[in-house]
Amino acid sequence: MFEQVINTFSDWAIPVLLFIIPVIAFTKKIKVYESFVEGAKGGFEVAVKIIPFLVAILVAIGMFRASGAMDIFVQIISPLTNAIGMPAEALPAALMRPLSGSGTLGIATELMVSHGPDSFIGRLVSTFYGSTETTFYVVAVYFGSVGVKKTRHAVPGGLIGDLAGLLAALFICRLVFA
Amino acid sequence: MLNYVWLGLMAIAIIVGAINGRLPEVTNAAFEYAKTSVDISIGLIGIMALWLGIMKIAEEAGIVKLLAKLIKPISKRLFPDIPPDHPAIGAMVLNIAANWLGLSNAATPLGLKAMEELQELNPHKDTATNAMATFLALNTGSITLIPATIIGVRVSLDSANPTEIIGTTIFASVCATIFAVTATKLLQRLPMFKIKEANDVNQKQEEGA
Repeated sequence: MFEQVINTFSDWAIPVLLFIIPVIAFTKKIKVYESFVEGAKGGFEVAVKIIPFLVAILVAIGMFRASGAMDIFVQIISPLTNAIGMPAEALPAALMRPLSGSGTLGIATELMVSHGPDSFIGRLVSTFYGSTETTFYVVAVYFGSVGVKKTRHAVPGGLIGDLAGLLAALFICRLVFA
Repeated sequence: MLNYVWLGLMAIAIIVGAINGRLPEVTNAAFEYAKTSVDISIGLIGIMALWLGIMKIAEEAGIVKLLAKLIKPISKRLFPDIPPDHPAIGAMVLNIAANWLGLSNAATPLGLKAMEELQELNPHKDTATNAMATFLALNTGSITLIPATIIGVRVSLDSANPTEIIGTTIFASVCATIFAVTATKLLQRLPMFKIKEANDVNQKQEEGA
């Protein structure tokens, strides 16, 4: 029921916005076509501006993934995560989450193929995937688009959120599914 | 912070890659991801233009301001530095709403529009403001009412109940958001994250010289 309502809402949201905003503006005697074109001009500039930031971040993350360093990381911290009841198999998905969305999805899919989507691990990594956003990607794109290079506390703040999301996912999955 | 993370990722990748005998893979990944970055950016141009156009109309019709007014009780606590009826607030509201509905094609352009507005209020153009960091924190939590991508994967793998992870996902992402915002709010007070005034730097350079 909840899913149906939300799905319908999602289907309608964009068409309704694309309808209602220009219509309201038109009734306020705004030249909608001219305003649209004026605003849309910025699209190219913003997209091009984020390229150097995105290249910097994604290349570093891509190299890190390709080197196999993740396996070493997993070995180092797995005693710690075992102690809090995190299955060792799910750890790479958790560590990958802030770095790469597609990487996490790949790992999660692999685990669901080998363990089954309805296994505890399958449900846990599914929850990991949606629990937080890819922090480094968001930082690169959002700050890159306005040319901010000194990100101050944004990265640590985001990573604390990521950690909280992963722990909360583990907690709630153990409560609901285990 | 990004300096350390960036250097750390690259240095670890090359050292570990050398030990593992995976240097060719590391090199390939570097080139491949450089190309992917540009593909992502270029792919964004059209959607970006669409939403920036719609946002411009919404702004001129006063809709963005209206949204900002509606959310005032919350926004003045989260973003004390931003005037409550500033267009940045309206853009942020739209970005968060798009995230909740899982409309990623709309969320990123609207988020970037919000960043542009926040940047106008920023006295130090190369440094993040507190409001920007808080906005980022709201985004890293990524509350999504329907995590469509992972549900899709679960459906394709014949899960008996592909949507059973919706509740756990919402719980985890709400926790992530609350912690990210709280942490960001606390961290912004630390001396190490203080904004270094451009004047200070000049003075120090003069003193040094």
